[in-house]
Amino acid sequence: MMKELFPKEHVVGFVGSLILTLAALSVITFDMSKGIAMTILSVTALAQAVVQLVLFMHIGETEDKKTLYTSVIYAVVVGLVTVFGSLLTMIWGY
Amino acid sequence: MSMEELFEPMKEPMIMGAAVSIVVGAITIVAGLTYFKKWGYFYKNWLTTVDHKKIGVMYIIVALVMLFRGGIDALLMRAQTAVPENNLLNAQHYNEIFTTHGLVMILFMAMPFIIGLMNVVVPLQIGARDVAFPRLNALSFWLFAAGAGLLNVSFIIGGSPDAGWTAYFPLAGIEFSPNVGNNYYAWALQLSGLGTLMTGINFITTIMKMRAPGLKLMKMPMFTWSALITNVIITFAFPVLTVALALMTLDRQFGTKFFAMSDGGMDMLWANLFWVWGHPEVYIVILPAFGIFSEVISTFSRKNLFGYKSMVMSMIVISLLSFMVWAHHFYTMGHGVMVNSIFSVSTMLIAVPTGVKIFNWLLTMRHGKIQFTTPMLYALAFIPIFTIGGVTGVMLAMASADYQYHNTMFLVAHFHYVLIPGTVFGVLAGYHFWWPKIFGFRLNEKLGKAAFWCIAIGFNVAFFPLFILGLDGYARRMFTYSASTGYGTLNMISFLGALGMAVGFALICYNIYYSFRHSPRDENGDPWDARSLEWATHSPVPEYNFAVVPEVNQLDEYWYAKKEGRDITAGEYERIHMPNNSGAPMWMAGVLFLFSFFFVFSVWTAVIVFGIATLGFMAFRSFEKDHGHYIEVAEIEATERQLRGDK
Repeated sequence: MMKELFPKEHVVGFVGSLILTLAALSVITFDMSKGIAMTILSVTALAQAVVQLVLFMHIGETEDKKTLYTSVIYAVVVGLVTVFGSLLTMIWGY
Repeated sequence: MSMEELFEPMKEPMIMGAAVSIVVGAITIVAGLTYFKKWGYFYKNWLTTVDHKKIGVMYIIVALVMLFRGGIDALLMRAQTAVPENNLLNAQHYNEIFTTHGLVMILFMAMPFIIGLMNVVVPLQIGARDVAFPRLNALSFWLFAAGAGLLNVSFIIGGSPDAGWTAYFPLAGIEFSPNVGNNYYAWALQLSGLGTLMTGINFITTIMKMRAPGLKLMKMPMFTWSALITNVIITFAFPVLTVALALMTLDRQFGTKFFAMSDGGMDMLWANLFWVWGHPEVYIVILPAFGIFSEVISTFSRKNLFGYKSMVMSMIVISLLSFMVWAHHFYTMGHGVMVNSIFSVSTMLIAVPTGVKIFNWLLTMRHGKIQFTTPMLYALAFIPIFTIGGVTGVMLAMASADYQYHNTMFLVAHFHYVLIPGTVFGVLAGYHFWWPKIFGFRLNEKLGKAAFWCIAIGFNVAFFPLFILGLDGYARRMFTYSASTGYGTLNMISFLGALGMAVGFALICYNIYYSFRHSPRDENGDPWDARSLEWATHSPVPEYNFAVVPEVNQLDEYWYAKKEGRDITAGEYERIHMPNNSGAPMWMAGVLFLFSFFFVFSVWTAVIVFGIATLGFMAFRSFEKDHGHYIEVAEIEATERQLRGDK
C-alpha cells in the first residue's frame, strides 16, 4: 500500500535534477577549459531535459503517438530556431 | 529606502489624485459588500470559484478596469503632446506613463480579455463541463491579478517603471534606472506570465482531451481552433520571458552582468530575448481575435465559414512563423545585412497566411445575408483598418527602409493600426457577441453601435495623423516638441480622436448599466440564431454547462440540428461530477504578491517568509484529498426546469 502511495518517480526526478544542477554549477566553481565547460553544460542540460520529460511529464505513457511526435518536433524546431537564431543575430551575423 | 522616498511619487498631484481614487473605490466596494451582507456570497461564489465561466468573467472585469487605466495613460499622453511645449506632464512622468500604457494594454488588458473570453467560450464550444485543471485555472487568474496589482501599486509606492514597455538594457539596468520601477516590471510580468503559462497548458489539454463525442479536431469551431494554436504559442513563448525576467532580476538586484555592457555581458541580448517572446506575444493577442471574427462573420452572414481548412492551416503557419521573425524589432541594432535580410523575408512571409484569412472572411460574406449587429460592425471595420496596419507592417519589414521609420510615430501608428482593429475590435466583438450567453440578456444595440462609431472614427482620427508625423520625423516617446517643428496641428487632431475613443468606451460602460435595467431577458439561449455548441445550452449557463453532453458529427452541428429540427441536448440525465471550489489559489497568489512586493524592495526576511509560505501551499495541495462532488439527477432536473422557465 505505502509503496503505491509513495511518489517514487517524483522524488527520483527531484533529487536527480538537483544533482544535475549542481554538476552544471561546477563549471563556474572550478577552473576548467572552455571546451570541458561547454561539454559539461550541454550534457547536463540534455540529461535535465530527459529527467523532466520522463519523470515529471510522463512522456511515453501516452497511446497517442501522433500527437506526441508532432509536439516533440514542434518543440525541437522552435527550440533550435530560438537558440541558433539568437546566435545568428547576436554573434555570427553581428 | 526611507518612507519619504517610498512615497515620493505621491508628491505629484495627479498621482496623488489617482491614489485617492483607488482608495475611495476600494472603500466603496468593501463598504458595499458589508452593507448588503454579501461577503459570504462573494467569497463562496466568486473568489474561491473554479468555474471556468466565472473565472472568465473575472478576467474580463479586470481587463475592463485595466482598459481604463491604460486609456487614461493614453489620454494623458495625447493631451501632453496636443500642443507644443506643453507642461501638463514632465519628462519623467511622461516616461512612466508611456511605459505603463504599453504594459497595461498588452499584458493586463489584451491578454486577460482574450484569456477571459477563451475561459468562457472554449469549454462550451467543445461541450466540456470545465477546463482540464479547474484549480490550476483559478491559480492562473489569481497570479495574473497579483501581477496586475503589483504593476498598479508601483506608481504609488516607489515609482513606476520608466524605461519603456520593452525595458531595453542598458537603460533599464540598475546603473541608469536606479529606482525600483524596473524591479516592479520584472515581478509584475513574472507573476502574470506564470499564470499565462499555466493557462496555455490547461487549455491545450482541455481542447485535446475533453471534446464532446464525435467532435474531431477538424470539426471544431474556429474560435476554439484559434485558442488551441494561441495556447501552443503561449506554452512555447512564455518560458523565454520567464527566463529573461529572471536574468533581469539577477542583473538588477544581485549584480550579475548578463545584460551589462562590461565583463562579458551583452546589453542587446535582452532585446533579443524580449522579442523572442514579444513577437509570438503579438500573435497570442491577435489569433484569438481572428477566431472571434470568424465566428461573428459566419454567424451574421448566415453562411458557414469559407475555407475552413485554409483558415486552420494559415493559423498553424502563422504560429510557426511567429517564432522566426523577432529580430525585425531591432534591425537598426547593427547586425549585418545577412541577418536583416533573413528576418525581412520571414516577416514578409507572414503577410501570406494573413492575407489568406482576409480573403476567407470576405468570401464568407459574399452572397451572405449580412446582419449589421454590433459585433458584426466591429468585424466589418476590422478588415479594412487591419489591412492598412498589415500593409504598413510590410513597409516596416524592409530592413533598409526601416532605418527611416525606426522609433518614429510611423511605427507607433502601425502597431496601433494592427492591435486596435485586430485585438481591441476583436475582443469587443466577442464581448458583445457572448454577453447574452454569460448574463442572459443582450447589450443594447443602439448604444453598442453608437460606441462602435465613436471608437472606429475616433481611432482613425487619432492614429492616421501619426503616420504622417512619423514620416516627417517625429520620434516616439518625446514628451514635448517645439512649435517650429510644425507637429502641432496633427498632434491636436490626434488628441481630438483620442477623446472620441474615450467617449466610445464610456458609452460601452454606460451600456452595461442601461441594458441591465432595460434589456429584455433572453429566453432560448440563442439570441443571434448562431451556429456553434455554446448556444445549445441555456443563458446564463448552468454550472455543469450541458445537462446532457451533445454528440457532434459535423462543423456547426447546432446550426444543422436547428434546421433539421433535432434537439442535440436531449437525453437521459446522469449525475454529473464537478470540481470543488477552493480558496487556496487566491491565498497563494496573495502570498506570492507579498513575496514579489518585498522582493522589489529587497526586504529579504519577508521574501524568505513568503517564499516558504508559497512552498507550503504547494505541499498542502500535494497531500490534499479533493475528489470533487456530484450534482444529482434531481438537482439537474430542478435547474433545467427553472432555466427553461417551466413552472
